[in-house]
Amino acid sequence: MKTPRLLRNGIAVAGLVLILLYVFISVISFFWLPFDPLAMDAKQILQSPSFSTGHVFGTDEFGRDILSRIMKGTSVSFIISISATSLGAVIGIFMGVWAGYLGGKADNIIMRFADILFSFPSLLLAIFIMAILGEHTYNVVLAIGIVYIPQFARISRGAIIALKGNEFIRAAKSNGAGRSYILVHHLLPNITAPLIVQISLSLSTAILLESALSFLGLGVQPPNPSWGNMLSSARKVMMFAPWTAVYPGLAIVLLVLGFNLLGDGLRDMLDPRLRNVR
Amino acid sequence: MVDKEILLEVKDLKVHFPIEKGLLIKKNIGSIRAVDGVSFSLRQGESLGLVGESGCGKSTTIMAISRLERITSGQVLFEGQDLSLMKEQELIRARQNFQIIFQDPYSSLDPRMRALDIVSEPLRIFAKKGIITLDDASIEKKALSLLDRCGLSSTFADRYPHEFSGGQRQRIGIARSLSLGPKLILADEPVSALDVSIQSQILNLLKDLQDEFNLTFLFIAHDLAVVEYFCSRVAVMYLGNIVETASSKTLYEHPLHPYTKALLSAVPIPDPIAGKNRKRTILKGDVPSPSQVRPGCPFADRCPQAMEICTKKRPPLVEISNQHEVACFLYHDQEVL
Repeated sequence: MKTPRLLRNGIAVAGLVLILLYVFISVISFFWLPFDPLAMDAKQILQSPSFSTGHVFGTDEFGRDILSRIMKGTSVSFIISISATSLGAVIGIFMGVWAGYLGGKADNIIMRFADILFSFPSLLLAIFIMAILGEHTYNVVLAIGIVYIPQFARISRGAIIALKGNEFIRAAKSNGAGRSYILVHHLLPNITAPLIVQISLSLSTAILLESALSFLGLGVQPPNPSWGNMLSSARKVMMFAPWTAVYPGLAIVLLVLGFNLLGDGLRDMLDPRLRNVR
Repeated sequence: MVDKEILLEVKDLKVHFPIEKGLLIKKNIGSIRAVDGVSFSLRQGESLGLVGESGCGKSTTIMAISRLERITSGQVLFEGQDLSLMKEQELIRARQNFQIIFQDPYSSLDPRMRALDIVSEPLRIFAKKGIITLDDASIEKKALSLLDRCGLSSTFADRYPHEFSGGQRQRIGIARSLSLGPKLILADEPVSALDVSIQSQILNLLKDLQDEFNLTFLFIAHDLAVVEYFCSRVAVMYLGNIVETASSKTLYEHPLHPYTKALLSAVPIPDPIAGKNRKRTILKGDVPSPSQVRPGCPFADRCPQAMEICTKKRPPLVEISNQHEVACFLYHDQEVL
C-alpha cells in the first residue's frame, strides 16, 4: 500500500482538512484564546473586525470577542454533534437491523415505535424533549440523539430487507453460517454506504439542530457561547453589525461542508464498485 | 437395509407457504402448494434433471432439500439420514456433503468480498466451528486451486465480483460450491442466466468436475436441450408434482405424459421449414393457481386427453417400462386403478 486510499480521494481529503482544522481550533481553545470569551467590556461594544484592536472578528453587543467565542463554541458544537449522532446511530442501526433481519412481530413493534417518533417534525420533537428534560448540554445531546433514532432505524431496516433476498445470503446459510455470522460478515458491510451518507448528514444537521435549539434559548445557556446562541443574540444587532452573525454562521457552514465531503468520500472509498472510478 | 447406491431419496416432499391476511394480526387464509408431494431418488454419480415451467416448484424443491426453505411434510433422506429431522448442529455438519449452485450469478456473490474470500468462506466457517481442521494458509491454497480448476487464474483472486462477467461469476459460484468437497450438487438453473455461448462452457466445466470429483447432480433447468445434454435421467414437474421420469433418451424419444409431449413440442427447432411442418401441442389456458386444493390430476383442466377420472382422482407415479415412470391414467392398467 502506497498512500492510504482515503488520501487519494480529493473530496474526502478536502472534508478531512476542514474537520481537522476545527479539531485543531477546539484543542487550542482549551489552552489559549485571544480574549476571555465571557469577559464583557462596555467600552468595546460592537467593534467592527480590525487587527489593530485585536478583535479580528469584531465584538458583540456586550463587547465580547467573537473569535474567542467561536473558538470556545467549536468544542461544544463538536461534542454535541458527534455524541448525538453516535447515540442515534448506535440505537437506530441496532433497532433497524434487528427489525429488518428478524421481520415479523419484532419488526412491526420496532418500526411502529419509530413511526411515532417520525411523526413529529424533528425540531419540534427536540424542543419537546428539551422541555421535558430541562436545559443542559447533555440533554441537547440526548434530544438530538432521540430525533435521529427513527431515521437510522428506517434506513438500516430498508437496506437489510433489500439485501436479505440476495442469493449470497442463502449461499452463506447453506455453507453453515449462523445468523450472527451472516449479520456481521454479509449484511453490515453491505449497508455501510447508505449509513455513512446518513451519518455525515446527521453530523451536520446536529450542528444545525443544536444551533436552532440554542437560538430558541433551549440549548447551550448564555453566557456560555455556542454557535447557535451567538447567532440568536446577533439577530437584534445584525442589521448594523453584520459580523456578529456572519462569522458564527460561516463556522457552521464550513463544518457542515466538511462532514458532508468526508461522508461522500468515505462512501466511495468503502464501496468496491465505486473505488476505482476516480 | 439402506441401499448404498442411493445418495438422496426424497419421499412425498411437500412445501406449502401460508397465505396471510391482516394488518397487525395475521390470519392464515390458505396456502400456496409450491411443492405438493414430490418423490424421487438419486443414485451415486448420477445426474437427474428437473424440468418444468416457471413457478412449478423446481427451485423450491432444491431449497427444501437443503433446508433453506421450511419443509411442510415428507422425508429427505441423504445417505439414509433424514435431513428434515436434523437439529441445527447436525445439519451444519451434513451441509458439507451437499452444496448449491445458484441461478443468478449477480446476486449469489457478496459484492464486498474478493473472489478468493468467497470461495474460501465455507472452509473458514467450517474451520472456525472445528468441523474441519485447516489453517488459513492451506484454506487459501485450496481456494486458489479451486478457482484455478474452474478456469480463473490466481490473478483474478483479489478482484471483486463486479469486475467479472456473468460466466466468470458463475465459475466463482461453482468453485465455492466445491470447496467443502460435497458429494451432491444441487444446481438451481446454473446456466439459465448466461449467454448461450457461455452456457456450453459452464456445462462442460460441470461435466468435467463431475467426473473428477465423483459428483452427483440434481440439475434444475427449463431449457430442455441443456438437460438432454447434461443429465442421464429427467423428471418433469408440473404444479408442484412430478408427472413423468425417465432416462433422458427415453423421455425425448417416447414422451408419455401429455404435459411432457406439449413441453417437448414447444422446443424451438433451428430450421424454419422443419419448424413449420411439425405438429405442435398447444395448451389452452394458464397454469392454475397453486393455492387451490384440487382432488384430481394437476394437469387435468389443460390436458387435451383428459378423461372423467382425471378430475376426481390423483394419478400416482407408476413405472410403465424400465425406469420410466408416469403419473397419468392414460397409461395405467385397470388393475393399477
